[in-house]
Amino acid sequence: MTDGQNLVKVGMADLNVVGNSGILRTTGLGSCVGLTLYDPQIKVAGMAHVMLPSSDIARENQINVAKYADTALPVLVDKLVELGASKRRLIAKMAGGAQMFAFAGSGDTMRIGPRNVESCKEMLKKLGISLYSEDTGANYGRTIEISSETGILTIRSVQKGVKEL
Amino acid sequence: MEIFSKLEGFKLDVLKEVGNIGAGHAATALSQLLNKPIDMAVPKVQILPFEDIAEKVGGAEKIVLTVFFRVEGDAPGNLFYIMGPEAGKSLLQRLGAFEPTEGLELTEMEQSALGEIGNILAGSYLSSLADFTNLAMSPTVPALALDMAGAILSYGMIQFGEMGDAALLIDTTFVQGNDEVEGQFFLIPDPESFDKIFTALGVPLDDD
Repeated sequence: MTDGQNLVKVGMADLNVVGNSGILRTTGLGSCVGLTLYDPQIKVAGMAHVMLPSSDIARENQINVAKYADTALPVLVDKLVELGASKRRLIAKMAGGAQMFAFAGSGDTMRIGPRNVESCKEMLKKLGISLYSEDTGANYGRTIEISSETGILTIRSVQKGVKEL
Repeated sequence: MEIFSKLEGFKLDVLKEVGNIGAGHAATALSQLLNKPIDMAVPKVQILPFEDIAEKVGGAEKIVLTVFFRVEGDAPGNLFYIMGPEAGKSLLQRLGAFEPTEGLELTEMEQSALGEIGNILAGSYLSSLADFTNLAMSPTVPALALDMAGAILSYGMIQFGEMGDAALLIDTTFVQGNDEVEGQFFLIPDPESFDKIFTALGVPLDDD
């Protein structure tokens, strides 16, 4: 993984965009999903660290749009378009959505990882953006970063080492 | 978050006492298991942004060994016993049944033993809390993970995610004689559980 000068951290339930050869990174994805969008022509990248599938369940007064798949994705697209990206050129990749702990008879909360993945895919479909590649599911944590220079998504995990999408 | 605005001063002290009783019993259990003194720090009760919770164990990417329990019953929540991988290994050796091994990997036998140790500790933590509050609380079977702290702990924040961007954490650190950190207990009660805990202890949330 690179320690570029223009490294932008994306926190939990957070999203950001970067151009100018910058790098976006989010650490310790468990059941959360790290979704990235990239416009190869003007070389800008966006990343959202999605925690929950849908804002329908939100009970907070002021919704943090970056937290929910259904609200984060449209905002991320808008931010990229503001930077000059074209929606139809966007390439989507995602990682995370693990099921860190498995229990017999586990309820909805336990399946939160797979549900986050499903919801992100649904939103991409709605937005007309195709999913290029993914490294989701299983039972381990991931740290990911995307380079706005190359659009390569690098995924690092304790158990599986480094992988590129 | 509405619930946090009701949790000030005195009520946080009540939760601290809850952590103190639970962890106190767990420390005694660990001490008996290892036949050596285990001390514990005064529990900390903090309302932390999600981002900062993993910082309590060294950052989101720090590799930790965790025994996780879902707490079931009247006041559900998430309970984590978190160790450095080395502390976990040395714990196994001190039990006397395991040869020292290199690297981070754990054999099935070691995993099972750590899960069982976690079970004993969580059992004493929760049963003392249940006695104190008169609420039914029991741990699920233990689940073990050796992974990034951020990935593991974010799991305990999902219930809070629906309500805001912070969670309440009752954190107790176990130390061995020479200040070597033995492990950390994190109890993250579900948001709905606070009312039950406070009512059970005679200080209802809405009685301000």
